[in-house]
Amino acid sequence: MKRLLACLLLLASSAALASEGHGLMYHAEYDLHDKASLQRGARLFVNYCMGCHGASMMRYSHVARDLGIPEKVAVKNLNFTGQKVGDPMITAMRPEDGKAWFGAPPPDLTVVARARGADWLASYLRTFYLDPKRPTGVNNLTFPDVAMPHVLWELQGWQRAVYAEDGKTIEGLELARPGKLDEAEYAAAVNDLVGFLVYLGEPVRLERLALGWKVILFLLLFSWLAWLLKKEYWRDVH
Amino acid sequence: MSDGVDSNRRRFLTATTAVVGGVGAAFVAVPFIKSMMPSERAKAVGAPVEVDISKLQPGQRLIAQWRGKPVWVVRRSEETLKALKEMADELRDPASEVEEQQPEYARNPYRSIKPEYLVVIGICTHLGCSPNYLPPGAPNDLGPDWKGGFLCPCHGSKFDLAGRVFKGVPAPTNLVVPPHKYLSDTLILVGVDQGASA
Amino acid sequence: MNKCQQYMDCLVAWIDARFPMTKMWKEHLSEYYAPKNFNLWYFFGSLALLVLVNQILTGIWLTMFYKPDATLAFASVEYIMRDVEWGWLLRYMHSTGASAFFIVVYLHMFRGLLYGSYKEPRELLWLTGVVIFLCLMGEAFFGYLLPWGQMSYWGAQVIISLFGAIPVVGDELTTWLRGDYVVSDATLNRFFSFHVIAMPLVLCGLVLVHVLALHTVGSNNPDGVEIKKNKDEKGRPLDGIPFHPYYTVKDIFGVGVFLIFFSLVVFYLPEGGGYFLEDNNFIPADPLKTPPHIAPVWYFTPYYSILRAIPDKLLGVIAMGVSVGIFALLPWLDRSPVKSIRYKGILSRIALGLFVVSVLVLGYLGTKAPTPETTLLARIFSVIYFAFFLLMPVYTRMEKTRPVPTRVTMK
Repeated sequence: MKRLLACLLLLASSAALASEGHGLMYHAEYDLHDKASLQRGARLFVNYCMGCHGASMMRYSHVARDLGIPEKVAVKNLNFTGQKVGDPMITAMRPEDGKAWFGAPPPDLTVVARARGADWLASYLRTFYLDPKRPTGVNNLTFPDVAMPHVLWELQGWQRAVYAEDGKTIEGLELARPGKLDEAEYAAAVNDLVGFLVYLGEPVRLERLALGWKVILFLLLFSWLAWLLKKEYWRDVH
Repeated sequence: MSDGVDSNRRRFLTATTAVVGGVGAAFVAVPFIKSMMPSERAKAVGAPVEVDISKLQPGQRLIAQWRGKPVWVVRRSEETLKALKEMADELRDPASEVEEQQPEYARNPYRSIKPEYLVVIGICTHLGCSPNYLPPGAPNDLGPDWKGGFLCPCHGSKFDLAGRVFKGVPAPTNLVVPPHKYLSDTLILVGVDQGASA
Repeated sequence: MNKCQQYMDCLVAWIDARFPMTKMWKEHLSEYYAPKNFNLWYFFGSLALLVLVNQILTGIWLTMFYKPDATLAFASVEYIMRDVEWGWLLRYMHSTGASAFFIVVYLHMFRGLLYGSYKEPRELLWLTGVVIFLCLMGEAFFGYLLPWGQMSYWGAQVIISLFGAIPVVGDELTTWLRGDYVVSDATLNRFFSFHVIAMPLVLCGLVLVHVLALHTVGSNNPDGVEIKKNKDEKGRPLDGIPFHPYYTVKDIFGVGVFLIFFSLVVFYLPEGGGYFLEDNNFIPADPLKTPPHIAPVWYFTPYYSILRAIPDKLLGVIAMGVSVGIFALLPWLDRSPVKSIRYKGILSRIALGLFVVSVLVLGYLGTKAPTPETTLLARIFSVIYFAFFLLMPVYTRMEKTRPVPTRVTMK
């Protein structure tokens, strides 16, 4: 019986825990209404991610339209591989090459934000650190032993691990060599990029939120009328 | 059971609820109907296409594809152009008076921007087959008077080399001239009107 | 002189001479007498019908854009979400509808438990309902593979492997079900066929049978009183009211309220907190890598918990099968002289309460990775789950019931 009680307590506490933290180091701050931020994120995505990753289920023209980028600018600034503006955002890298270089083709990122969550992405992009044991020379606190190199190094610089006294557990990361951006600027850049990825995961999100309350308001009106109608008829029933 | 029923109120509420419900149903129908229109993919595939006409010889025709449909570009000879002017009696709409069949800039005796080049959608205006190209003097031509044109294999409609329909055939109107413009002397963009930017 | 006063009457008469339109209208709506004391629990039958219609309509439209091909399926769902105008709404209505279907059906079934709606003379009505529920589970399972995400893939892999527990033919059977040595394009293609044709056809037929059976025996009610026992001089039940207009207007109101909740999810919470659309299902199926934690969709988790609670493959599969199938035995397990929980004794109330708790706990545990503690809990609550059914003949006969009124009560 005691054991059962202990189990129930555990159940309750784990339920409480699950709703709290998820052990991620950083929280992503982005605003899908902030088109300038999303545009910066799109630029980072095209410049740094699309060499290896595609967003093959999304079209350049769709991004351009949603983010308020004129199509001509989009063709010039987003699309380096000479595709048409209506084409899907596929990567220049061939899947065979990806497999040979990284062990598996880099995953498509169209819906990565829906699979991983914004906070995970922000933490991942900010927790690369130098690790000579890895073939790429870097490791990641959020995604240990990841095959991807630190692509944003020229912006962030290089971080190294700070070990606890036992010499094994990593307590935190510190900057070993600065990059083009300082810490706050890099965090902002990551937030832009994550915001863009969130947009990319579900482009209709804002449209959906904007439509929802109108539908619900209409249904409230309809239900109210239906209620009056029901009450009117049910006066017969004693 | 029906003592003291306010039947007016009942009728009013029934009607109001029905109308509001009907409006709701109409709104719900919108996504279902609109989703069946060409998707973003279809629109991307149907984007304007460039057609290179630098290698086209007089009397030749090339076929491009725009929105999945065949678009013909025919380079017409001097003789053909002369002949086009003399055919009015045999044609149903020689002066291109049906407005939807061509943009304003193609509403001229040659139905084209440059007289030499005909740009036309190769779909018969009768029931949608693609007519065959029969230049003047083609082996299976339509007699010694045939000045060149198109013959639809499905129901025998005939068109001249400006895409104008002959009298006495099932097709009601001339072939459609798509929106197009010249990017240079040898490059045509099909799908965008002359004067519009793209 | 024309006998028909109005064109409308004329048309109706013309049809009635050829098809029993007016007769059916009377039999099933305007002269179908339902007890007047239905409460909140009685909304969920008509709501289930509404959700069925929603699933069929949105399903027909999604089928216009979806590609049942392992190389194209995942991207075709995102094609619906992006490239098809309003495709996102159709898709969210369908995915939310799937969960809504189970919510509504579970509440509908709970109503049956609450008021003894399975008891004589409604055994066959209840049995058709159990078969509908089984078909619905199949329909949901087949449909869940179609997005071809990681959860789709590994969920199907696990459920199909359950059949591997059957002695002798198990392995052959699983291969036959998949049409391949693993879940693959062949499996996807046949699941698509089952999901869009076979199961909906069967479901619609069964729903018709269910409604016909209901209209033969008449609806039960919260008092468990048979209204047909008290009729007026015209043969109409004294406690009954015509379904139309009284319950049609009431159900229309219920539909309005339901749609408000439904829209809240569709527009503001389409992932349902990761329970309606799971995070891992946004990763395309990868036959080489199982996600670190996989669990079935929420509506299957109670049975999944029971499966995991039993440390033997075959027995676990059997227990899971029985946990669903045992509902069919209820009409014969319940030996109480009364139908409704209102007049049953304290034991039935405790049993039903514990049963609900056990379903909820098992459901919750099924979404979590197993640990020794949760496995123990799952075992305890599995025992309670089955005890509710297996001990029913005992506790329903032991307890003292309260007197049932002869007429329904309005509360």
